[in-house]
Amino acid sequence: MKKLFVILMLLGVFVGFSVTVAMAAEGATTALDPQVKAMIALAAGIGIGIAAFGGALGQGKAIASALDGIGRNPGASGKIITPMIIGLAMIESLVIYSLVVSLLLVFKL
Amino acid sequence: MEHEQFTWASLIPGLSALPPHVSNGIIVSIILLIIVILGYTQYKRNADQVVPDGRMTFRNFVEILVESIAGLVDQTMGPRGREFMLIIGTLGLFILFNNLSGLVPGFLPATDNVNTTFACSLTVFFLTHFYGVREHGIRYLKQFVGPFWWLAPIMIPIELIGHLSRPLSLGLRLFGNITGDHLVTAIFFGLIPLLVPLPVMFLGVFVSFVQTFVFMLLAMAYFSGAISHEEH
Repeated sequence: MKKLFVILMLLGVFVGFSVTVAMAAEGATTALDPQVKAMIALAAGIGIGIAAFGGALGQGKAIASALDGIGRNPGASGKIITPMIIGLAMIESLVIYSLVVSLLLVFKL
Repeated sequence: MEHEQFTWASLIPGLSALPPHVSNGIIVSIILLIIVILGYTQYKRNADQVVPDGRMTFRNFVEILVESIAGLVDQTMGPRGREFMLIIGTLGLFILFNNLSGLVPGFLPATDNVNTTFACSLTVFFLTHFYGVREHGIRYLKQFVGPFWWLAPIMIPIELIGHLSRPLSLGLRLFGNITGDHLVTAIFFGLIPLLVPLPVMFLGVFVSFVQTFVFMLLAMAYFSGAISHEEH
């Protein structure tokens, strides 16, 4: 049973190899008229700007609460910092979604 | 994207035909395998050694890795955590080594590509439902209905969208962080190559660790949410 499992896994790895080798290249780009390009550039810049603004506000509030808690109870600083880092990563992920959209737009120019 | 960079993988004749993220992922996996094999042979050599060595040997390094992951899993998932330590540790170490390899010049982190990160997050997604069905049988689907049966037409689409957005957010978060870091480092290298990229690289190391930690924590939260439905 275990040998069958190992053989199936190796087969899956081999299939994965062959599929990636046979993968086609990316598509070609078409020309865009200048007004569309201007709108794309504007959207990419303003989008990430608004996202960074909102993200900074949210993270500032989170860190302020965490620092308050550490100030009240310096012994619990380890237990406060770990959820603070997780919360910061959660808030930052929303900014990252907007960054991904901006990157998609910029590389479509 | 402008990714005709030089990578070490283009020197190995068999791997240069693959796309660059795949070949770098393979190289990082081989490095991980070598670490695991070396650590296991060292463990087998003196298996009943209780007191660890004084210095920072290779065996101590591997023990630190395993103990930190085991401690994290036990702390988050409670007594049933040991079953999940393997999958969480595998995903965590793979993502960590891939993220960190982006800071070494000549390597392209495999998590730079949406395919790798979505592979990791889809693995977590399917395993969540597998563990839930294995634990509860077909009653696992009852969680989509909500508290009252007449709320079902509203609750089912909401729960479905919430469940489907989990792998999406996991994969996008990891991809966005690592790609953004890589791009920022590349831009800084283009601007002032002398000393300014150094704080950016410190940020890169920090972000690599934090993103791995967050991925592992979220995966553990989804697993424990799937198997702990008896208290409703």
